[in-house]
Amino acid sequence: MNFQTTIGLEVHVELKTNSKIFSPSPVEFGDTPNANTNVIDWGYPGVLPTTNKGVVHDGIMAGLALHAQIEPKPHFDRKNYFYPDNPKAYQITQSETPIAHDGWVEIEVDGKKKKIGIAEMHIEEDAGKNTHAVEHSYVDLNRQGTPLIEIVSKPDIESPDEAYAYLEQLRQIVQFTGISDVKMEEGSMRVDTNISIRPLGQKEYGTKVEMKNINSFNYVRKSLEYEEQRQQRVLMSGGVIQQETRRFDETTGKTELMRVKEGSDDYRYFPEPDLPVLEISQDWIDQINEELPEPPAKRREHYVNELGITDYDAMVITQTKEMSDFYDAMIKAGADAKLAANYLQGDVNAYLNDNQVDLQNTKITPDHLATMVKLITDGTISSKMAKKVFKAITKGDDPKAFVEEKGMVQLSDPAKLQPIVDDVVAANPQSVEDFHNGKDRAIGFLVGQIMKQTHGKANPQVVNKMLKESMSK
Amino acid sequence: MTEKISEDQVKHVAGLAKLKIDDDQLPYFTTQLDKIIGLFETLSEVDTEGVEPTSSVTDQVNVMREDVAEDWHQQQALLDNAPDTQDGYIRTPTIIDESGENE
Repeated sequence: MNFQTTIGLEVHVELKTNSKIFSPSPVEFGDTPNANTNVIDWGYPGVLPTTNKGVVHDGIMAGLALHAQIEPKPHFDRKNYFYPDNPKAYQITQSETPIAHDGWVEIEVDGKKKKIGIAEMHIEEDAGKNTHAVEHSYVDLNRQGTPLIEIVSKPDIESPDEAYAYLEQLRQIVQFTGISDVKMEEGSMRVDTNISIRPLGQKEYGTKVEMKNINSFNYVRKSLEYEEQRQQRVLMSGGVIQQETRRFDETTGKTELMRVKEGSDDYRYFPEPDLPVLEISQDWIDQINEELPEPPAKRREHYVNELGITDYDAMVITQTKEMSDFYDAMIKAGADAKLAANYLQGDVNAYLNDNQVDLQNTKITPDHLATMVKLITDGTISSKMAKKVFKAITKGDDPKAFVEEKGMVQLSDPAKLQPIVDDVVAANPQSVEDFHNGKDRAIGFLVGQIMKQTHGKANPQVVNKMLKESMSK
Repeated sequence: MTEKISEDQVKHVAGLAKLKIDDDQLPYFTTQLDKIIGLFETLSEVDTEGVEPTSSVTDQVNVMREDVAEDWHQQQALLDNAPDTQDGYIRTPTIIDESGENE
């Protein structure tokens, strides 16, 4: 029997607003516990929430970036549940009238393009954070009230690879709007998944299994792959899938039962009486539309079709808007498109990873990197020398000044190289003979000798050519 | 006995509200709740044909504040008012995570 997989993804994205969604407490991370809280965040009796206009703005922006319809008259709803990270005993969210609905994200898996639908998007408040110890639990309400957008996919995702591609595209699109850092490792993007399988041809979906808070895209894919296989094994052996929540164990790569769901959750939603309804004008929507930067897919198209770089390079460069803007600035400064792409996805990315830092927080500037690339293209420096120049650039040094100061100019002038070539050829008759006997390695040895004599300054391409000419005489 | 709500439903609702009701109290609350629901049912006699559902009873619209952060300096006062604290955290009895929504 063959099965068909259906995957749903719920993605929470934390917004980078200055203040919380319903109280003016600052949204900041790493402060002392409960520093960024006030009576509203603690749910004191008699306090009233007020909607942060910035959150509504960002919600509309995300909706537009994801090609969704904006709800003209959204309101908030109460979702009731008891948990100590939520002092009001309810979360203010949206249920009846999500800020946006019916959007899509285009993905590409194995060369095939596909649109994944977005059912709806809510703006809502985050809860605080609990830390559990043996004798007690500890509650920090700093995160309470941090604005979130929840993005719910339609059941269009049919494989773990599609789920991965969807998350990657979604992350990029939201990142480009600038409303969130969308970093899984920092919790500003969180993913809950659900997956069911059914025999091919069966109309009704199978029973869904949910997995919560998986902390990387890779683990999302792995956990879905494992779950797909597990459910098949259960069904093939005549078993039944039960509705349950499972946890992904990163060390074993398996999912394990967390809890069985009995009946659907009873959150008793009702319209939030403490907040007036919103009316979103077409003017406001148009204005936000104007602010939207060019989406990553458009930029990739431009990079591949007009600048001639590879799909892969284009993908890496559009990981963040900052990287893409940086690349654009390099091209504008006259850098070779391919070489610029190579350095961004190679040395620059390695540097960012090694130092765990974002591009915009480094001393590397598009002008400096473009200058370095131009020094390589015009033959002034070799790519080997560029390694040292790059290091200088990361410290904020001007590459041109650095190259001049260190006397790092590549020796490309044949007139200056000829005597050295002649000397080396004369001093190594054995290698010359080897070369004539078809041993390619011999020329490498000779190039090495010349590099040694010039302290690495000789242009290897020029030397190579001159050696061949000299020995073919 | 009652028609509009069963004892099982009352138990369920009490559970959701984290209220503990002893079995011998159940008939008492069930009868009460049944009457309250009956009271609300009179509302359904009103003809609401063609009336849009209301989600707010104020006629205010678009009351929003600009996204500006304010520190109200209430951290200490709030912690002083908490039943139990440690190192700036609110200390509670150990929580068993029922929601599954927390790490």
